[in-house]
Parts: sequence; structure tokens; C-alpha cells
Amino acid sequence: MSQSDSNSLNNGVHIQPLAPEHFHQQAKAALADPQLRQNFRGAMDYLKDKRKLAFSDVAEEKHIRNLSEAIRQRCLSKLPDLLEQLESNCINNGIQVHWAEDAIQANQIIADIAQRHNAKEIIKGKSMVSEEIELNHEMAKLGINCLESDMGEYIVQLDGDKPSHIIMPAIHKNKQEVSDTFAAHLDNFTPTIDVDELIQTGRSRLRQKFQDADIGLSGVNFAVAETGTLCLVENEGNGRMCTTVPDVHIAITGIEKVVEFLTDVPPLYSALTRSATGQAITTYFNMITSPRREGELDGPQEVHLVLLDNGRTQAFQDEEMRKTLQCIRCGACMNHCPVYTRIGGHAYGTVYPGPIGKIISPHMMGLEKTKDLVTASSLCGACGEVCPVKIPIPEMLQRLRNEAKNPATAAHPEIKGQASAASKTEMLAMKSFAYAATHPAIYHLGSWSATKVRGLIPSKLGAWTQCRSAPKPASKTLHQLLKASHKKDQS
Amino acid sequence: MSSSREAIFARLRDANPKVKTMETIAYQPWVSNETEVLKTRFIDGLSASHAEVLTTNRHALNETLKTLIIEKQFARIAIGTGGDLHSEIVKAISLVQITHPLNILQFDVDFAQCKSQLFNDIDAGITHCRVGIADTGTLVLWPDNTEPRTLSLIPPAHIALIKRSTIVSNFAELMVTEAWQNKMPTNIVLVSGPSKTADIQQTLAYGAHGPSQLVVILIEDM
Ligand code: SF4
Repeated sequence: MSQSDSNSLNNGVHIQPLAPEHFHQQAKAALADPQLRQNFRGAMDYLKDKRKLAFSDVAEEKHIRNLSEAIRQRCLSKLPDLLEQLESNCINNGIQVHWAEDAIQANQIIADIAQRHNAKEIIKGKSMVSEEIELNHEMAKLGINCLESDMGEYIVQLDGDKPSHIIMPAIHKNKQEVSDTFAAHLDNFTPTIDVDELIQTGRSRLRQKFQDADIGLSGVNFAVAETGTLCLVENEGNGRMCTTVPDVHIAITGIEKVVEFLTDVPPLYSALTRSATGQAITTYFNMITSPRREGELDGPQEVHLVLLDNGRTQAFQDEEMRKTLQCIRCGACMNHCPVYTRIGGHAYGTVYPGPIGKIISPHMMGLEKTKDLVTASSLCGACGEVCPVKIPIPEMLQRLRNEAKNPATAAHPEIKGQASAASKTEMLAMKSFAYAATHPAIYHLGSWSATKVRGLIPSKLGAWTQCRSAPKPASKTLHQLLKASHKKDQS
Repeated sequence: MSSSREAIFARLRDANPKVKTMETIAYQPWVSNETEVLKTRFIDGLSASHAEVLTTNRHALNETLKTLIIEKQFARIAIGTGGDLHSEIVKAISLVQITHPLNILQFDVDFAQCKSQLFNDIDAGITHCRVGIADTGTLVLWPDNTEPRTLSLIPPAHIALIKRSTIVSNFAELMVTEAWQNKMPTNIVLVSGPSKTADIQQTLAYGAHGPSQLVVILIEDM
């Protein structure tokens, strides 16, 4: 089962393939799809309510967010040292460590491991980093079949689609649509909208796959430098299956996921689950420190850790952008974003949608491709307010808008796609305005002329008047009004 | 691919981040020294996560386990080869076998040899728990040679035995008092309920890929 190149939004508007460059078209199509909007609305309201209940004590919420931010910032401030420590502890524990600068290298590493074992089947737990490198697609080219085992990911894969949310991948579908997907792709499936039956279908279809797979692949939520331990957070048990049953386990993660101490884990874990799904704790917290040791009867014989850069070192370059890497991928910023909750995840055309996607994707794909994403925000601030590690997402968006418009300066190193949204006309207009605003005579002449031509402004002004009425200058300038009232006061 | 490693480190070191010292904010998870409070919270948490909790004492453990097996009609059970309560488990099984046929898989061979049986022909796996966490209603499993990892994972039901005296307040306290950083085993799993998912239309369904039933037997030993 390979992922197909083409994707479609639910209402059948095909834009092939979904990409951030087509954001405006994709968003428009999503907005015109009432079923999709209803599915997202239901899901987002549910997740928002759950989060609120999990942080019922405001003082405690403030405390744990401050703490989580501090922990992530400390760990990032020591990132190169911690990565070295993680690597050496993992190696001592028998875990093989690999480094990948980009998707191509990461896929090559995984392909090499697979080919060394003559592997044909890889069973996967949830891993957004594997989406980032398009692992399934790349392995399929080599005749290696990747099968998603997280229920949401399984549904999405059957559709030949991509996840629309980082925590709940199939949130864009309702149960009827899931039943339709199963009916279209699974033999002997009797359509049903009973969710228990749907889940049992997924369970029974995948059970044999866990037994047969040569390799299990997973993501990592926290990698502990102090002990060389990989921590995985999940509810379904497929993560435990993937990391325990096959003979080989490959974990792939971004280089930013490392924490310094084991004791950094409990507060971050609590902040993560409460922010993501409003759970005090998930069903499973899986801590893996080594492959099967002497005398043990199960568990993989080989464990590999693939550490991926893919633009993260660019975000690491200055202190402000570095905060992007604090992210623990809880998804709360999406659930609270007025844009995401209306257009859903696919419209962004990036692996990570929503607010976190807008600030991380430019580092992965460059600003040229993602420049429309950084402007797709009302800067309402909701994302920053709920982020458990307090990433100032709105400020970061403004910074990225700036980088997209202007050349690099001495203070900030150049980033990929720097100034790709720069427009000569806009720059000229801004320059002229700056000149006028600092030269009173010219400024007054300009504003006075505007009052004279007010009747001549056309009522249709392109995109601006699509959802607004055309502006109309006042009959007198503010300056004139003030002058007049000042005179009145004196007389 | 060591050149990739060098390149990544070069970029990271080049940024030359200012090292931040240890934060002064302390983590303040839920805590209590009262054993009754700990017990109640532990049971409430697990029950809220859809686990069944049975309370017994060491003396009555084999009877409790026997009744459970008969009532749930578990006919095929996987067990380990050791642990503190192993003899009680064996005793319970022999009690059941007086009146009910019971197939037992003793996990004493390599996983490859019992994999298919574990997946296809077992109703329940029985394991010990190392510790209980009251805060979140959580079992801490510490699989080893005598109780392998898959024993609590593959069978559709997991019966977990836990002594009340092991219950601590919270996860953070546990790893500090036991100095986990010095002795991490191959695998530790925190379990808080049966396997579940809300991936289809936010509707909670149990028995996703792990056990669909979790029965916790809490043994009064204080
Ligand atoms: S940016 Fe913050 S809120 Fe968004 S996913 Fe990351 S940690 Fe969660």
C-alpha cells in the first residue's frame, strides 16, 4: 500500500498535489466544504473543552507552562552537548545512532537497515518525522511496504491521504466516512457506523501484520541524554507493538527532542498529554533503553535511533527562532487557531499544519514555498496562550513575515528563501510613505488631496473589497478638524 | 554517515547558544503521605481509565485470582516464571484446573517460539507490577527475564498484581527515590488502563491494539 501522489480535499476539488504554494486555493476549497468544516468544528470544540478541564487550576497551569518552557529552553541551550551525551549513552546501551541532515539521508539510512535485513514489511507507530521524510513513499520505491498501525494513520493511509492533525490524523473524517474508506479498501467489511466495530476491524486487520513485520518503526517524544532512553507516549498500544514485537526497531526523531535529565520527563509529559487531549496521563508511557539484553526472551535484537536535522539547525541559529524547537508537538495551537479550525489541516499543504506548521515549515521547506502560510494568521494570540512550552508563535510569525519581505541583516543570519516575498511596488510605496510621513508639507498636501477625490474611489478594489466595503476618505483631514476645533476653543 | 554528523554539530556549535542554568521553578505534582488517600486515588484513577480493580490480601490472593479466571471464562492463560507472587499464581491456576480445563503458556522460551500462540491462542496474561502511582492511577511494569515485555501486551486481557505498599504519590518522586538514572532496564512501561483510541470522530473505544481489558488485583499488605 503506497501513498499516492495525488490528494484531494473532501469536496472533490483536486489540487495535485497539496502544497503550501497553493494555500489560498486549498483554503478556499476547504471553506466551501460543509462536511469538512463540521468535522473539524466538532473535533476542535471537543479537544478545547478537554484541555480546559485538564488545566482547571489557573495558577497550576501557569506554573507548569513556565516550568516546561524553562526545561525546554535549558535543554536547547545545551543541545550540542546533550546530543553527544545521548549518542554515547545510547551506544553504550547497544542502540545504534545515525545522523541525517535531510530527508534523503534519513530514508537512505532506513533503506540500508531494511535491506541488510532483507526486510519487506515495516510496521509503523505514529511518527510525524516519518511523514516529514515521506518514508512510506520512498520505501515503496524500493519494494519495501510501510504499514501504518495507529488507527488514525491507518485510515489516512487506506485513503492514500495525509494526516490532517498531528495528534488525531483522521480528524477530518466522521465515522460514516471511515466506514466508506474501509468498505472501499478492505475485503469482507460490512459497513457500519458503530465506532467500536470500526476499531475492532482495524485491530483484527493489523494483528497479523504485527506478527509478520520485519521492522517496527516509531517516533520519539523525549530522548533522555542522561540515560540514553527513548520515551514514547501513546494510548493504543501499537507503539508498544512496533517497538517490541519485530526483531528490529528503528526510532526516528528530530534532533531537538532531547532532554537533559530523566527528571525533565514527568513535567513535560504531564504538560503534553493535558494540552493534547486533556488526559492526565496516556494509557502507555514506554521507556526504551536498549535492545534485548542477555537472558531476555523478547524485544527487538536491534534498536536504531535516527536523528534528523532537516532545517532544525537553521531555526537554532538565533535565540528568537530557536524557540520554535521548544515544541513538544501537542497540537494545542491548532485546536485553538481560528484559521486551522475552519480550514483544517490539509489546506496548509505541509506535514505540520496550523500555527506550529507555519513557524517550523519555513525552516524545513524555505520561505519561498511557505510565505503565504506566515501571513495566514490574524495574530489573535490564542496559539501562544495555550502553548505548554510558551512559544511566542505570533511574534515568530511577524519575524518570519519580515524575513520573507526583507534581505538578511547583520543581526540575523540569512534563512532559506529570505526576502522571497519582497515586492518592488510595495517597497516603493512604503518608502514613499515614509518620506511623506517625515515631511509635513508633503503629507498635508497628500491628505488634503484625498479629501478632494473622495468621490472618485472605485467601489471595487480587487481582493480588498471581496469581503470589505471600499474605503472612503473623510471630507476633512484630521489635521483640519483639530485646527478648527482649536480655533473654536480659543474664540 | 559521519560527515552528516559533523555538519549538524558544526551548525549547532556555530550558533553558540548561551547555556541556561538549572531553572529555579520546581515541579509540583500531586502528593500525599496518607496511605488511605494514596490508595483511594490510585483506585479511582485506574477505575476512571476503565480498569477493573479488585482488592484482596496475600492470603486470599489465589482464591481471588481463581474466581476471576472462572468468572471471566479465561481458558488460556500466559504466565511468567518468577516474581514475588509467582507461587500464588501457580496455586490459583491449579485451583481452577480442579473444575475447569485451563491451557497454560509458561513464558520460558524465546519469543519466536511462542509468538503465534501469544497472538492467537491466549485469553489473558498475568504479570506483577513494580510500583503503583497514585496521582494518575498508573501501574509501573518493569519486564525482565521472568516476565517478558509481551506478556502484558499481546493477550487481549492483562491481569496485573500489585502490592499496596508499593504505591507512591507521583511519577517524578518515584524516579528520584529509586534513582532510576543509575539502573534503567531494557524497558519500563507505565500503564494507566486498557488500550484505547479516540481516533474515529473523538469517540472513545477500548481495545485498540493492546489489551482491551485490564484487571488490577490490589494486594493489601500493610
Ligand atoms: S507549538 Fe506549542 S502548542 Fe503548538 S504543538 Fe508545539 S508545543 Fe503544542
